[in-house]
Amino acid sequence: MGVSLRKIIGLAGLVTLLTFAGLNKSVAAGGEGEEFSPGDMITHHITDDYIWHFFDGHYGTLYLPVILYTDNGLEVFSSSNFYNDDHEQVAFGNYEIDHGHIKTLDGSSVIDISITKNVASMFLSIALMLFVFLSIAKTYKRNPGEAPRGMQSFFEPIIVFIKDEIAIPNIGEKKYQKFLPFLLTLFFFIWFNNLLGLMPGGANLTGNISVTFVLAFFVLIITVASSGKAYWQHIFAMPGVPKPILLILIPIELIGILTKPFSLMVRLFANITAGHIIILSLLSLIFIFESVWIAPASVAFSIFMNFLELFVALLQAYIFTLLSAMYFGAAVEEAHH
Amino acid sequence: MELVTPGVGLIVWQAVAFIIVLLILRAFAWNPIMSALRTREGLIEDSLKAAENAKAEMEQVKMDNEYLMQEAKIERDKLLKDAAEIANKIKEDAKKETSVIADKMIADAKSTIQSEKKSALAEVKNLVADLSLEISEKLLREKLSDDKSQKALIDKFLREVKVN
Repeated sequence: MGVSLRKIIGLAGLVTLLTFAGLNKSVAAGGEGEEFSPGDMITHHITDDYIWHFFDGHYGTLYLPVILYTDNGLEVFSSSNFYNDDHEQVAFGNYEIDHGHIKTLDGSSVIDISITKNVASMFLSIALMLFVFLSIAKTYKRNPGEAPRGMQSFFEPIIVFIKDEIAIPNIGEKKYQKFLPFLLTLFFFIWFNNLLGLMPGGANLTGNISVTFVLAFFVLIITVASSGKAYWQHIFAMPGVPKPILLILIPIELIGILTKPFSLMVRLFANITAGHIIILSLLSLIFIFESVWIAPASVAFSIFMNFLELFVALLQAYIFTLLSAMYFGAAVEEAHH
Repeated sequence: MELVTPGVGLIVWQAVAFIIVLLILRAFAWNPIMSALRTREGLIEDSLKAAENAKAEMEQVKMDNEYLMQEAKIERDKLLKDAAEIANKIKEDAKKETSVIADKMIADAKSTIQSEKKSALAEVKNLVADLSLEISEKLLREKLSDDKSQKALIDKFLREVKVN
Protein backbone atom coordinates (compact mmCIF):
# COMPACT_ATOMS: atom_id res chain seq x y z
CA MET A 1 0.00 0.00 0.00
CA GLY A 2 2.78 2.39 1.01
CA VAL A 3 4.68 1.70 -2.17
CA SER A 4 1.71 2.16 -4.46
CA LEU A 5 0.77 5.42 -2.71
CA ARG A 6 4.29 6.72 -3.14
CA LYS A 7 4.14 5.75 -6.81
CA ILE A 8 0.88 7.60 -7.29
CA ILE A 9 2.22 10.72 -5.59
CA GLY A 10 5.36 10.57 -7.72
CA LEU A 11 3.34 10.19 -10.90
CA ALA A 12 1.04 13.01 -9.88
CA GLY A 13 4.02 15.25 -9.22
CA LEU A 14 5.45 14.50 -12.64
CA VAL A 15 2.16 15.13 -14.39
CA THR A 16 1.65 18.39 -12.52
CA LEU A 17 5.17 19.60 -13.22
CA LEU A 18 4.93 18.97 -16.92
CA THR A 19 1.44 20.37 -17.21
CA PHE A 20 2.49 23.55 -15.46
CA ALA A 21 5.37 23.88 -17.88
CA GLY A 22 2.75 24.06 -20.61
CA LEU A 23 0.51 26.41 -18.71
CA ASN A 24 3.28 28.91 -17.99
CA LYS A 25 3.71 29.43 -21.66
CA SER A 26 0.04 30.16 -22.17
CA VAL A 27 0.12 32.67 -19.38
CA ALA A 28 3.21 34.22 -20.85
CA ALA A 29 1.59 34.31 -24.27
CA GLY A 30 -1.24 36.27 -22.70
CA GLY A 31 1.25 39.06 -22.16
CA GLU A 32 2.09 41.20 -19.17
CA GLY A 33 -0.85 42.67 -17.37
CA GLU A 34 -3.36 40.86 -19.57
CA GLU A 35 -6.00 38.74 -17.89
CA PHE A 36 -5.50 34.97 -17.91
CA SER A 37 -8.02 33.52 -20.33
CA PRO A 38 -8.72 29.85 -19.63
CA GLY A 39 -10.74 29.58 -22.86
CA ASP A 40 -7.80 30.61 -24.99
CA MET A 41 -5.40 28.42 -23.06
CA ILE A 42 -7.64 25.36 -23.36
CA THR A 43 -8.37 25.96 -27.05
CA HIS A 44 -4.67 26.32 -27.67
CA HIS A 45 -4.02 22.98 -25.96
CA ILE A 46 -6.65 20.91 -27.67
CA THR A 47 -6.41 22.23 -31.21
CA ASP A 48 -3.86 21.52 -33.86
CA ASP A 49 -0.80 23.75 -34.24
CA TYR A 50 2.07 24.37 -36.62
CA ILE A 51 4.57 24.17 -33.79
CA TRP A 52 5.03 21.61 -31.04
CA HIS A 53 5.60 23.38 -27.77
CA PHE A 54 7.13 21.34 -24.93
CA PHE A 55 8.46 23.99 -22.53
CA ASP A 56 9.47 27.64 -22.53
CA GLY A 57 12.88 28.72 -23.68
CA HIS A 58 14.90 28.65 -26.78
CA TYR A 59 14.87 24.86 -27.28
CA GLY A 60 11.42 24.16 -25.87
CA THR A 61 9.55 24.48 -29.15
CA LEU A 62 9.74 22.24 -32.18
CA TYR A 63 9.01 24.20 -35.37
CA LEU A 64 7.32 21.77 -37.73
CA PRO A 65 7.49 22.02 -41.52
CA VAL A 66 4.72 23.83 -43.37
CA ILE A 67 3.79 22.23 -46.68
CA LEU A 68 1.45 24.19 -48.97
CA TYR A 69 0.07 23.21 -52.32
CA THR A 70 -0.60 26.45 -54.19
CA ASP A 71 -1.14 27.56 -57.75
CA ASN A 72 2.64 27.86 -58.03
CA GLY A 73 3.18 24.25 -56.92
CA LEU A 74 4.48 22.88 -53.67
CA GLU A 75 5.93 25.24 -51.07
CA VAL A 76 7.80 23.94 -48.04
CA PHE A 77 9.19 26.10 -45.25
CA SER A 78 9.61 26.03 -41.47
CA SER A 79 6.77 27.21 -39.28
CA SER A 80 9.33 29.29 -37.35
CA ASN A 81 8.84 31.86 -40.10
CA PHE A 82 5.42 32.63 -38.62
CA TYR A 83 6.93 33.70 -35.31
CA ASN A 84 9.09 36.69 -34.52
CA ASP A 85 11.80 36.81 -31.87
CA ASP A 86 9.24 37.49 -29.12
CA HIS A 87 7.28 34.38 -30.13
CA GLU A 88 4.43 36.40 -31.56
CA GLN A 89 2.55 35.32 -34.65
CA VAL A 90 3.38 37.27 -37.80
CA ALA A 91 2.58 36.87 -41.46
CA PHE A 92 5.16 35.24 -43.74
CA GLY A 93 5.19 36.14 -47.39
CA ASN A 94 1.71 35.71 -48.74
CA TYR A 95 0.57 33.58 -45.77
CA GLU A 96 -0.71 34.12 -42.28
CA ILE A 97 -2.15 31.90 -39.56
CA ASP A 98 -5.78 32.75 -38.97
CA HIS A 99 -7.68 30.81 -36.27
CA GLY A 100 -5.23 27.94 -36.49
CA HIS A 101 -5.38 27.57 -40.26
CA ILE A 102 -3.07 29.05 -42.91
CA LYS A 103 -4.71 31.63 -45.17
CA THR A 104 -3.33 33.62 -48.09
CA LEU A 105 -3.25 37.38 -47.74
CA ASP A 106 -4.45 37.93 -51.31
CA GLY A 107 -7.30 35.43 -50.99
CA SER A 108 -6.00 32.85 -53.51
CA SER A 109 -6.70 29.21 -52.76
CA VAL A 110 -4.15 27.07 -50.95
CA ILE A 111 -4.18 23.46 -49.84
CA ASP A 112 -2.43 23.06 -46.53
CA ILE A 113 -0.80 19.65 -46.01
CA SER A 114 1.66 20.74 -43.34
CA ILE A 115 3.18 18.37 -40.82
CA THR A 116 1.29 19.85 -37.91
CA LYS A 117 1.60 18.86 -34.27
CA ASN A 118 -1.15 16.28 -34.74
CA VAL A 119 0.42 14.83 -37.87
CA ALA A 120 3.79 14.60 -36.14
CA SER A 121 2.14 12.97 -33.13
CA MET A 122 0.38 10.54 -35.43
CA PHE A 123 3.66 9.59 -37.09
CA LEU A 124 5.08 8.99 -33.63
CA SER A 125 2.17 6.75 -32.68
CA ILE A 126 2.43 4.89 -35.99
CA ALA A 127 6.14 4.31 -35.43
CA LEU A 128 5.31 3.02 -31.96
CA MET A 129 2.59 0.73 -33.31
CA LEU A 130 4.80 -0.64 -36.05
CA PHE A 131 7.62 -1.25 -33.58
CA VAL A 132 5.37 -2.95 -31.03
CA PHE A 133 3.40 -5.17 -33.37
CA LEU A 134 6.15 -6.08 -35.80
CA SER A 135 8.37 -7.14 -32.91
CA ILE A 136 5.48 -9.12 -31.42
CA ALA A 137 4.92 -10.82 -34.78
CA LYS A 138 8.62 -11.68 -34.88
CA THR A 139 8.38 -13.25 -31.42
CA TYR A 140 5.47 -15.35 -32.64
CA LYS A 141 7.52 -16.57 -35.57
CA ARG A 142 10.56 -17.26 -33.42
CA ASN A 143 8.70 -19.27 -30.78
CA PRO A 144 5.91 -21.07 -32.59
CA GLY A 145 3.50 -22.84 -30.30
CA GLU A 146 5.11 -21.51 -27.14
CA ALA A 147 3.49 -19.53 -24.36
CA PRO A 148 3.63 -15.75 -24.92
CA ARG A 149 6.33 -13.75 -23.15
CA GLY A 150 7.13 -10.11 -22.49
CA MET A 151 5.28 -7.59 -24.62
CA GLN A 152 3.60 -10.46 -26.43
CA SER A 153 1.87 -11.62 -23.27
CA PHE A 154 0.51 -8.13 -22.66
CA PHE A 155 -0.96 -7.66 -26.14
CA GLU A 156 -2.03 -11.20 -26.91
CA PRO A 157 -5.08 -11.18 -24.60
CA ILE A 158 -6.18 -7.87 -26.16
CA ILE A 159 -5.75 -9.18 -29.70
CA VAL A 160 -7.58 -12.38 -28.78
CA PHE A 161 -10.29 -10.35 -27.07
CA ILE A 162 -10.88 -8.27 -30.21
CA LYS A 163 -11.01 -11.43 -32.28
CA ASP A 164 -13.17 -13.55 -29.98
CA GLU A 165 -15.36 -10.94 -28.29
CA ILE A 166 -15.71 -8.20 -30.90
CA ALA A 167 -15.12 -9.59 -34.39
CA ILE A 168 -16.55 -13.12 -34.22
CA PRO A 169 -19.79 -12.42 -32.28
CA ASN A 170 -20.67 -9.35 -34.37
CA ILE A 171 -19.51 -10.33 -37.84
CA GLY A 172 -19.78 -14.08 -37.69
CA GLU A 173 -17.43 -17.03 -37.73
CA LYS A 174 -17.31 -17.16 -41.53
CA LYS A 175 -16.55 -13.59 -42.53
CA TYR A 176 -14.76 -12.01 -39.61
CA GLN A 177 -11.26 -12.71 -40.93
CA LYS A 178 -11.58 -10.16 -43.71
CA PHE A 179 -12.34 -7.38 -41.22
CA LEU A 180 -10.09 -8.39 -38.36
CA PRO A 181 -6.91 -6.56 -39.52
CA PHE A 182 -8.87 -3.33 -39.86
CA LEU A 183 -10.51 -3.73 -36.47
CA LEU A 184 -7.20 -4.49 -34.77
CA THR A 185 -5.45 -1.55 -36.43
CA LEU A 186 -8.38 0.71 -35.58
CA PHE A 187 -8.47 -0.33 -31.95
CA PHE A 188 -4.77 0.03 -31.34
CA PHE A 189 -4.53 3.27 -33.32
CA ILE A 190 -7.26 4.86 -31.21
CA TRP A 191 -5.99 3.44 -27.94
CA PHE A 192 -2.35 4.36 -28.52
CA ASN A 193 -3.24 7.88 -29.59
CA ASN A 194 -5.68 8.33 -26.69
CA LEU A 195 -2.87 7.43 -24.31
CA LEU A 196 -0.29 9.56 -26.13
CA GLY A 197 -2.75 12.45 -25.93
CA LEU A 198 -2.81 12.09 -22.15
CA MET A 199 0.98 12.39 -21.95
CA PRO A 200 2.19 15.82 -20.93
CA GLY A 201 2.95 17.72 -24.12
CA GLY A 202 1.05 15.19 -26.18
CA ALA A 203 -1.19 16.19 -29.05
CA ASN A 204 -4.94 15.81 -28.86
CA LEU A 205 -5.05 13.62 -31.96
CA THR A 206 -8.07 11.38 -31.32
CA GLY A 207 -9.88 14.49 -30.03
CA ASN A 208 -9.46 16.09 -33.43
CA ILE A 209 -12.46 16.00 -35.72
CA SER A 210 -10.33 15.40 -38.82
CA VAL A 211 -8.89 12.19 -37.41
CA THR A 212 -12.17 10.80 -36.19
CA PHE A 213 -13.72 11.83 -39.49
CA VAL A 214 -11.20 9.76 -41.45
CA LEU A 215 -11.64 6.74 -39.19
CA ALA A 216 -15.43 6.95 -39.41
CA PHE A 217 -15.22 7.48 -43.16
CA PHE A 218 -13.19 4.28 -43.54
CA VAL A 219 -15.82 2.44 -41.53
CA LEU A 220 -18.52 3.82 -43.83
CA ILE A 221 -16.58 2.86 -46.98
CA ILE A 222 -15.90 -0.67 -45.74
CA THR A 223 -19.51 -1.10 -44.62
CA VAL A 224 -20.94 -0.06 -47.96
CA ALA A 225 -18.29 -1.90 -49.98
CA SER A 226 -18.89 -5.19 -48.21
CA SER A 227 -22.67 -4.88 -47.99
CA GLY A 228 -24.71 -7.76 -49.23
CA LYS A 229 -28.23 -8.16 -50.50
CA ALA A 230 -29.72 -8.47 -47.04
CA TYR A 231 -28.26 -5.12 -46.00
CA TRP A 232 -29.96 -3.21 -48.81
CA GLN A 233 -33.11 -5.24 -48.41
CA HIS A 234 -33.27 -3.98 -44.84
CA ILE A 235 -33.04 -0.42 -46.10
CA PHE A 236 -35.36 -0.47 -49.12
CA ALA A 237 -37.74 -3.28 -48.27
CA MET A 238 -37.74 -3.98 -44.59
CA PRO A 239 -39.42 -7.38 -44.35
CA GLY A 240 -42.77 -7.39 -42.62
CA VAL A 241 -43.35 -3.65 -42.91
CA PRO A 242 -46.41 -2.36 -44.81
CA LYS A 243 -45.73 -0.46 -48.06
CA PRO A 244 -46.92 3.02 -46.93
CA ILE A 245 -44.66 2.95 -43.89
CA LEU A 246 -41.74 2.07 -46.15
CA LEU A 247 -42.09 5.56 -47.65
CA ILE A 248 -41.11 7.01 -44.28
CA LEU A 249 -38.71 4.25 -43.41
CA ILE A 250 -36.54 4.35 -46.53
CA PRO A 251 -35.34 7.94 -46.05
CA ILE A 252 -34.68 7.23 -42.37
CA GLU A 253 -32.68 4.13 -43.20
CA LEU A 254 -30.74 5.98 -45.92
CA ILE A 255 -29.83 8.73 -43.47
CA GLY A 256 -28.96 5.99 -41.00
CA ILE A 257 -26.16 4.81 -43.28
CA LEU A 258 -24.50 8.15 -42.66
CA THR A 259 -25.54 8.81 -39.07
CA LYS A 260 -23.91 5.64 -37.83
CA PRO A 261 -20.36 6.62 -38.83
CA PHE A 262 -21.19 10.23 -37.97
CA SER A 263 -21.96 9.15 -34.41
CA LEU A 264 -18.66 7.29 -34.32
CA MET A 265 -16.85 10.43 -35.41
CA VAL A 266 -18.53 12.70 -32.86
CA ARG A 267 -18.41 10.23 -29.98
CA LEU A 268 -14.65 9.73 -30.06
CA PHE A 269 -13.92 13.40 -30.76
CA ALA A 270 -16.21 14.65 -28.00
CA ASN A 271 -15.16 12.15 -25.36
CA ILE A 272 -11.45 12.70 -25.75
CA THR A 273 -11.68 16.46 -26.15
CA ALA A 274 -14.01 16.74 -23.16
CA GLY A 275 -11.57 14.84 -21.00
CA HIS A 276 -8.76 17.20 -21.98
CA ILE A 277 -10.96 20.24 -21.37
CA ILE A 278 -11.93 19.06 -17.90
CA ILE A 279 -8.32 18.44 -16.81
CA LEU A 280 -7.18 21.79 -18.22
CA SER A 281 -10.13 23.59 -16.63
CA LEU A 282 -9.35 22.15 -13.24
CA LEU A 283 -5.78 23.36 -13.51
CA SER A 284 -6.96 26.75 -14.80
CA LEU A 285 -8.76 27.26 -11.51
CA ILE A 286 -5.38 27.97 -9.88
CA PHE A 287 -4.79 30.85 -12.27
CA ILE A 288 -8.35 32.11 -12.21
CA PHE A 289 -8.27 32.39 -8.41
CA GLU A 290 -4.65 33.56 -8.57
CA SER A 291 -3.96 31.59 -5.44
CA VAL A 292 -1.55 28.76 -4.92
CA TRP A 293 -3.80 27.44 -2.14
CA ILE A 294 -6.32 26.24 -4.65
CA ALA A 295 -3.62 24.08 -6.21
CA PRO A 296 -3.94 20.96 -3.98
CA ALA A 297 -7.63 20.64 -4.77
CA SER A 298 -7.11 21.30 -8.47
CA VAL A 299 -4.25 18.84 -8.70
CA ALA A 300 -6.13 16.19 -6.74
CA PHE A 301 -9.13 16.51 -9.05
CA SER A 302 -7.02 16.51 -12.18
CA ILE A 303 -5.17 13.40 -10.98
CA PHE A 304 -8.51 11.72 -10.50
CA MET A 305 -9.55 12.87 -13.97
CA ASN A 306 -6.30 11.58 -15.43
CA PHE A 307 -7.02 8.10 -14.08
CA LEU A 308 -10.55 8.36 -15.41
CA GLU A 309 -9.16 9.39 -18.79
CA LEU A 310 -6.85 6.36 -18.82
CA PHE A 311 -9.99 4.27 -18.54
CA VAL A 312 -11.88 6.39 -21.11
CA ALA A 313 -8.95 5.97 -23.53
CA LEU A 314 -9.46 2.21 -23.50
CA LEU A 315 -13.23 2.40 -23.35
CA GLN A 316 -13.56 4.69 -26.39
CA ALA A 317 -11.19 2.54 -28.43
CA TYR A 318 -13.32 -0.46 -27.47
CA ILE A 319 -16.61 1.26 -28.30
CA PHE A 320 -15.40 2.53 -31.66
CA THR A 321 -14.14 -0.93 -32.60
CA LEU A 322 -17.23 -2.70 -31.29
CA LEU A 323 -19.65 -0.44 -33.17
CA SER A 324 -17.58 -0.72 -36.35
CA ALA A 325 -17.72 -4.49 -36.04
CA MET A 326 -21.48 -4.32 -35.57
CA TYR A 327 -21.88 -2.19 -38.71
CA PHE A 328 -19.70 -4.62 -40.68
CA GLY A 329 -21.74 -7.46 -39.27
CA ALA A 330 -24.97 -5.85 -40.46
CA ALA A 331 -23.43 -5.30 -43.91
CA VAL A 332 -22.38 -8.91 -44.45
CA GLU A 333 -25.39 -10.41 -42.74
CA GLU A 334 -27.16 -13.06 -44.75
CA ALA A 335 -30.90 -13.08 -45.19
CA HIS A 336 -32.53 -15.24 -42.56
CA HIS A 337 -36.15 -14.19 -42.70
CA MET B 1 -15.72 26.67 -34.26
CA GLU B 2 -12.04 26.02 -34.65
CA LEU B 3 -12.51 22.74 -32.83
CA VAL B 4 -15.00 21.27 -35.27
CA THR B 5 -13.39 22.57 -38.46
CA PRO B 6 -11.54 19.69 -40.02
CA GLY B 7 -8.10 20.49 -41.38
CA VAL B 8 -7.50 19.25 -44.91
CA GLY B 9 -3.85 18.45 -44.23
CA LEU B 10 -4.58 16.30 -41.23
CA ILE B 11 -7.30 14.43 -43.14
CA VAL B 12 -4.92 13.67 -45.98
CA TRP B 13 -2.06 12.57 -43.73
CA GLN B 14 -4.35 10.57 -41.48
CA ALA B 15 -5.96 8.74 -44.41
CA VAL B 16 -2.67 7.95 -46.12
CA ALA B 17 -0.86 6.99 -42.93
CA PHE B 18 -3.70 4.85 -41.64
CA ILE B 19 -3.98 2.92 -44.89
CA ILE B 20 -0.22 2.32 -44.98
CA VAL B 21 -0.16 1.19 -41.35
CA LEU B 22 -3.15 -1.03 -41.96
CA LEU B 23 -1.48 -2.68 -44.94
CA ILE B 24 1.88 -3.11 -43.21
CA LEU B 25 0.40 -4.48 -40.02
CA ARG B 26 -1.98 -6.75 -41.93
CA ALA B 27 0.85 -8.28 -43.91
CA PHE B 28 3.55 -8.42 -41.27
CA ALA B 29 1.76 -8.45 -37.93
CA TRP B 30 -1.93 -9.41 -37.84
CA ASN B 31 -1.84 -12.26 -40.31
CA PRO B 32 1.32 -13.89 -38.89
CA ILE B 33 0.01 -13.41 -35.35
CA MET B 34 -3.37 -14.89 -36.23
CA SER B 35 -1.83 -17.88 -37.97
CA ALA B 36 0.54 -18.35 -35.03
CA LEU B 37 -2.41 -18.23 -32.66
CA ARG B 38 -4.28 -20.73 -34.79
CA THR B 39 -1.24 -23.01 -34.89
CA ARG B 40 -0.87 -22.81 -31.15
CA GLU B 41 -4.58 -23.43 -30.67
CA GLY B 42 -4.27 -26.51 -32.84
CA LEU B 43 -1.19 -27.61 -30.95
CA ILE B 44 -2.93 -27.23 -27.61
CA GLU B 45 -6.00 -29.04 -28.86
CA ASP B 46 -3.87 -31.89 -30.22
CA SER B 47 -1.92 -32.10 -26.99
CA LEU B 48 -5.11 -32.23 -24.98
CA LYS B 49 -6.49 -34.92 -27.24
CA ALA B 50 -3.25 -36.88 -27.01
CA ALA B 51 -3.33 -36.58 -23.23
CA GLU B 52 -6.93 -37.79 -23.24
CA ASN B 53 -5.96 -40.74 -25.41
CA ALA B 54 -3.00 -41.54 -23.20
CA LYS B 55 -5.29 -41.45 -20.20
CA ALA B 56 -7.76 -43.82 -21.87
CA GLU B 57 -4.92 -46.13 -22.86
CA MET B 58 -3.60 -46.04 -19.34
CA GLU B 59 -7.05 -46.95 -18.08
CA GLN B 60 -7.17 -49.86 -20.50
CA VAL B 61 -3.73 -51.06 -19.43
CA LYS B 62 -4.75 -50.75 -15.82
CA MET B 63 -7.88 -52.74 -16.47
CA ASP B 64 -5.88 -55.39 -18.31
CA ASN B 65 -3.45 -55.56 -15.43
CA GLU B 66 -6.28 -55.92 -12.98
CA TYR B 67 -7.78 -58.70 -15.06
CA LEU B 68 -4.44 -60.48 -15.20
CA MET B 69 -4.01 -60.04 -11.48
CA GLN B 70 -7.47 -61.49 -10.90
CA GLU B 71 -6.64 -64.42 -13.13
CA ALA B 72 -3.35 -64.99 -11.37
CA LYS B 73 -5.07 -64.81 -8.01
CA ILE B 74 -7.66 -67.37 -9.03
CA GLU B 75 -4.93 -69.62 -10.43
CA ARG B 76 -2.92 -69.31 -7.24
CA ASP B 77 -5.93 -70.06 -5.07
CA LYS B 78 -6.67 -73.10 -7.18
CA LEU B 79 -3.08 -74.28 -6.99
CA LEU B 80 -3.02 -73.80 -3.26
CA LYS B 81 -6.26 -75.68 -2.86
CA ASP B 82 -5.02 -78.54 -5.05
CA ALA B 83 -1.75 -78.70 -3.21
CA ALA B 84 -3.52 -78.85 0.12
CA GLU B 85 -5.78 -81.58 -1.18
CA ILE B 86 -2.88 -83.60 -2.50
CA ALA B 87 -1.00 -83.17 0.73
CA ASN B 88 -4.03 -84.28 2.68
CA LYS B 89 -4.47 -87.29 0.46
CA ILE B 90 -0.83 -88.24 0.83
CA LYS B 91 -1.10 -87.90 4.57
CA GLU B 92 -4.27 -89.93 4.64
CA ASP B 93 -2.78 -92.60 2.39
CA ALA B 94 0.35 -92.78 4.50
CA LYS B 95 -1.74 -93.12 7.60
CA LYS B 96 -3.81 -95.87 6.06
CA GLU B 97 -0.79 -97.78 4.82
CA THR B 98 0.93 -97.48 8.16
CA SER B 99 -2.08 -98.82 9.98
CA VAL B 100 -2.39 -101.70 7.53
CA ILE B 101 1.26 -102.62 8.03
CA ALA B 102 0.93 -102.28 11.75
CA ASP B 103 -2.17 -104.42 11.77
CA LYS B 104 -0.39 -107.06 9.71
CA MET B 105 2.58 -106.97 11.99
CA ILE B 106 0.37 -107.31 15.01
CA ALA B 107 -1.51 -110.15 13.39
CA ASP B 108 1.76 -111.89 12.46
CA ALA B 109 3.05 -111.43 15.93
CA LYS B 110 -0.18 -112.78 17.34
CA SER B 111 -0.13 -115.87 15.11
CA THR B 112 3.57 -116.50 15.92
CA ILE B 113 2.83 -116.21 19.59
CA GLN B 114 -0.11 -118.57 19.16
CA SER B 115 1.93 -121.18 17.34
CA GLU B 116 4.82 -120.83 19.80
CA LYS B 117 2.35 -121.24 22.62
CA LYS B 118 0.88 -124.33 20.93
CA SER B 119 4.24 -125.95 20.37
CA ALA B 120 5.30 -125.14 23.93
CA LEU B 121 2.15 -126.62 25.32
CA ALA B 122 2.59 -129.69 23.18
CA GLU B 123 6.15 -130.03 24.46
CA VAL B 124 4.93 -129.68 28.03
CA LYS B 125 2.28 -132.26 27.38
CA ASN B 126 4.85 -134.69 25.96
CA LEU B 127 7.15 -134.11 28.89
CA VAL B 128 4.31 -134.63 31.36
CA ALA B 129 3.37 -137.87 29.58
CA ASP B 130 7.00 -139.06 29.56
CA LEU B 131 7.38 -138.23 33.23
CA SER B 132 4.11 -139.93 34.10
CA LEU B 133 5.18 -142.98 32.21
CA GLU B 134 8.57 -143.00 33.94
CA ILE B 135 6.98 -142.49 37.35
CA SER B 136 4.42 -145.18 36.66
CA GLU B 137 7.14 -147.55 35.61
CA LYS B 138 9.24 -146.87 38.67
CA LEU B 139 6.19 -147.14 40.90
CA LEU B 140 5.24 -150.39 39.49
CA ARG B 141 8.77 -151.64 40.03
CA GLU B 142 8.97 -150.53 43.69
CA LYS B 143 5.50 -151.85 44.58
CA LEU B 144 6.79 -155.22 44.03
CA SER B 145 9.31 -155.04 46.84
CA ASP B 146 7.96 -153.15 49.82
CA ASP B 147 5.01 -151.06 50.74
CA LYS B 148 6.99 -148.68 52.89
CA SER B 149 9.79 -148.34 50.58
CA GLN B 150 7.27 -148.00 47.83
CA LYS B 151 5.84 -144.91 49.53
CA ALA B 152 9.25 -143.50 50.16
CA LEU B 153 10.09 -144.02 46.61
CA ILE B 154 7.01 -142.24 45.41
CA ASP B 155 7.93 -139.20 47.54
CA LYS B 156 11.42 -139.27 46.29
CA PHE B 157 10.23 -139.29 42.73
CA LEU B 158 7.79 -136.59 43.38
CA ARG B 159 10.57 -134.43 44.82
CA GLU B 160 12.63 -135.13 41.81
CA VAL B 161 9.69 -134.09 39.65
CA LYS B 162 9.30 -130.87 41.57
CA VAL B 163 12.97 -130.13 41.18
CA ASN B 164 12.68 -130.66 37.56
